[in-house]
Amino acid sequence: MHEQFDLMKLIFGRLSWEAIPYHEPILIGTFAMVVLGGLVVLGAITKFKLWGYLWNEWFTSIDHKRIGIMYMILGLIMFLRGFADALMMRAQQAFSFGDSHGFLPPHHYDQVFTAHGVIMIFFVAMPLITGLMNYIVPLQIGARDVAFPFLNNFSFWMTTMGALLVMASLFVGEFARTGWLAFPPLSGILASPDVGVDYYIWSLQIAGVGTLLSGINLVVTIVKMRAPGMDLMKMPVFTWTALCTNILIVMAFPILTATLAMLGLDRLFDTHFFTNELGGNAMMYVNLIWIWGHPEVYILILPAFGIYSEVVATFCNKRLFGYSSMVYATVVIMVLSYLVWLHHFFTMGSGASVNSFFGITTMIISIPTGAKIFNWLFTMYKGRIRYELPMMWTVSFMITFIIGGMTGVMLAVPPADFVLHNSLFLIAHFHNVIIGGVLFGLFAGVNYWWPKMFGFKLDRTWGVRSFWLWSIGFWVAFTPPYILGFMGVTRRMSHFDDPSIHYLFQISLAGTLMIAAGIGCMLMQIFVSILNRKKLADVTGDPWNGRTLEWSTSSPPPDYNFAFTPVVHDNDSWADMKKHGYLRPLKDFVAIHMPKNTWAGPVIPGITFVMAFGIIWHMWLLVGLTFVAMLAVAIYHTFDYKRDFYIPADEVTRTEEERTRLLEAHV
Amino acid sequence: MIPKTVSRGMLLTPLLAALAGCNTVVMNPSGDIAKQQAHLITVSVILMLLIIVPVMILIVWFAFKYRASNTEAKYEPDWDHSTKLELVIWGAPLLIVIVLGLVTWIYTHKLDPYRPLDRLDEHRPIPASSKPLVVQAVAMDWKWLFIYPEQGIATVNELVVPVDQPLRFKVSATSVMNAFYVPELAGMVYGMPGMEITLNAVQNRPVTSFGISSNYSGAGYSDMKFGYRGVPQGDFDAWVASVKAAGGAKLDKANYLVLEKPSIKEPVRRWGAVDEDLYYRILNRCVADGVVCQDKMMMDDARKAREMAMNRMPQHAAATRLAQANNGEVCTTPDESVKKK
Repeated sequence: MHEQFDLMKLIFGRLSWEAIPYHEPILIGTFAMVVLGGLVVLGAITKFKLWGYLWNEWFTSIDHKRIGIMYMILGLIMFLRGFADALMMRAQQAFSFGDSHGFLPPHHYDQVFTAHGVIMIFFVAMPLITGLMNYIVPLQIGARDVAFPFLNNFSFWMTTMGALLVMASLFVGEFARTGWLAFPPLSGILASPDVGVDYYIWSLQIAGVGTLLSGINLVVTIVKMRAPGMDLMKMPVFTWTALCTNILIVMAFPILTATLAMLGLDRLFDTHFFTNELGGNAMMYVNLIWIWGHPEVYILILPAFGIYSEVVATFCNKRLFGYSSMVYATVVIMVLSYLVWLHHFFTMGSGASVNSFFGITTMIISIPTGAKIFNWLFTMYKGRIRYELPMMWTVSFMITFIIGGMTGVMLAVPPADFVLHNSLFLIAHFHNVIIGGVLFGLFAGVNYWWPKMFGFKLDRTWGVRSFWLWSIGFWVAFTPPYILGFMGVTRRMSHFDDPSIHYLFQISLAGTLMIAAGIGCMLMQIFVSILNRKKLADVTGDPWNGRTLEWSTSSPPPDYNFAFTPVVHDNDSWADMKKHGYLRPLKDFVAIHMPKNTWAGPVIPGITFVMAFGIIWHMWLLVGLTFVAMLAVAIYHTFDYKRDFYIPADEVTRTEEERTRLLEAHV
Repeated sequence: MIPKTVSRGMLLTPLLAALAGCNTVVMNPSGDIAKQQAHLITVSVILMLLIIVPVMILIVWFAFKYRASNTEAKYEPDWDHSTKLELVIWGAPLLIVIVLGLVTWIYTHKLDPYRPLDRLDEHRPIPASSKPLVVQAVAMDWKWLFIYPEQGIATVNELVVPVDQPLRFKVSATSVMNAFYVPELAGMVYGMPGMEITLNAVQNRPVTSFGISSNYSGAGYSDMKFGYRGVPQGDFDAWVASVKAAGGAKLDKANYLVLEKPSIKEPVRRWGAVDEDLYYRILNRCVADGVVCQDKMMMDDARKAREMAMNRMPQHAAATRLAQANNGEVCTTPDESVKKK
């Protein structure tokens, strides 16, 4: 109680010069590059006077399309970071044998694999999926925006601030060394006293708020804002999967928040939820985190399934086979995803009956998943398949994913899991389903909807190169871990004694380098396409002969999406409209009611970021100030009554006439 | 039906191993439990291939046949439903899952790590006279402590077991979560502080191999492995005698507290004598002097809670219930291996 009043401590907490990792050449190099790159970008923005444009047109925008694109840019940037981690891990494991200890000591290596997992799931897969849903869902259901436009902007910035916090840990302090789910007691204050786990907790807490709110937003949007005539069984399959995913988000993310809050309390205030002492129980954490974690897997894969469904139907020029069984399969997967979490820890000592129950529920999920594969298969049957890039990714996915599904069911058999759990077999399995399922789906989706977003198609040559490098590179990289799993090699090792398995790790590294080349081609594809955007331009708004409503509007769509809300008669509504000779309305446009931009969207999360940084470093003065500021800004924002405006009828008419001219010139 | 599937699966085991081409210990172990677990992997793969192979072929076939440039192929843009097909695509996976689910249910119970063994291997039942050898395995930062309570010896990073005798491991840990895994012998179970998981297994032939921690546990995790040897009964007895004869210090509380300090790549160590209640104290986290053991604390807490509840009940009923409750039947560990002071 008589602790001396220490001003430095009150202001800086435990932050000191020690926290800057100047003794780590890799980090200093990265830091220098980030600073230089950052300065160049900031300089360019200033030179070309883009700050006002960025702030007004993008950062404060409540347009679901722009927010969707910002989400995907975030996902792409974080993907490069997460992949850099993957390269470092593969390289470390390929060289760290016998006397050689590689270039990463455990202290650094353990942070790298933790960061890789956290970033790839939370800040790559989630933003990319959310971004696509944000962009496409309102268009598919014939809406002008999401239900809560301000919340949408706010959610995006919360997610971004979480990502920023993870990036900050690279240069100030360190990240967690616990594995991506931070099981206590290892993540408790006794085993991990430094700031790493706090960075983990607070970045996920902030991003989690964003994810939860965007989930609520999209559920309400889909339930309440569908175009007239679009009852549930006429919704496009992507919208269906988005609905199920967002219901999962709304139901699962509060569990994550509560679990991490308890872990944070254990660390900060000496509570004992998950400690070894005083009645704490770490097994509770493992259960809770997986009760969130397993639905999370389906949160990622369901929208990808939706993308494949759209792509297959479009590029086979055919109605999707078994629409209703597709929908039921999605819903069944959604429900079952809550009944399987224990399969992540069969080895924790539950009895045989509990293990069998969860093993069998896991196998049951493979039935609706299998039905989906069959549905895509029979959509191809008697179709006219155009092998554009999205369709190529889809076929590659079907072949890759089936193997991943098979190894998944192997792991679901508890006695088999006892020998495969935590092995590289497990690693190979989940990369097989996440890369082969989620990532390939995102690539298909990006190639498919890119013309809708930007008004020009993506370059095919570089896309094809990227496709082959990924599809083959994946198997070169992940077949060795499957084999290594059968040799009893576990995950998260930074060093090996047995030189006889050396070559397998080197093959795996070669595969990872192929994937790196694939990513390079992908960036090249985007770059080349932007250069050739005139040549690749799509003026019709419907470059693929699409089947759903997003293709009925221009590419990119106008701010208001649809001048008149469309009326829907069929689940392939745009195909149906084209078949019945739908004519675009050309006159009698009216003013359109739209939401206004928001400054509070970026500002409140910005303050939250500073507050979280303060909590991590125990800067309690800063925490107090930012907390008050955050509340004050939030309250002040509620007095902002001017949140909407009308796009005048003249302007709508001008926009639509411009489109008419383009369409006529095209034909 | 199941034994037949299993035996058919066994034929394919070497094939799977050959596919990997190297020393795949998981598929070719020398302990009966691990062997059955490997068979189960093979069986599940075969069951799934029944559906996966045809689907793969169909994917490639349809993808090729219905390409846009092949105008010969039938094209039916509005064909999107067939009840018969729907029955097949839901029914076929369902049938396979039913079979696999049955196999899972049976073998999860049969191979439950808690379940005492009922055979030495597929041809030999357990001899009536044999009693399981108990080994207490404790995951520490970052080494393994093995206590043989009946022999009164302990080792670090060395596990020696007799061949063809049922083994019963009691797995726990000191600070963080680990997993005890000897690929030759049986699947893994977690070792967690304050918890204990039982693992029953048997080693069927002499072997020199390794064991690991298979759950990431911090900085020294990569080197947290131990030598594992299965030896004939006679050699095992001789080994025990040699450990005892070598003498040295007793692994008592004081020595244990020194050992408990984190260390990486700890060399093999042996003790010819061990404090009898050491494992009990490790498990209940009360090795250090003056710390209340967790089982005692839990019992005290339970009693206090009960007394508080009783105080709110009518006097008479409360007195009877309290008397009943305090006359025993308070949670005790019905396990002979955990010796209480």
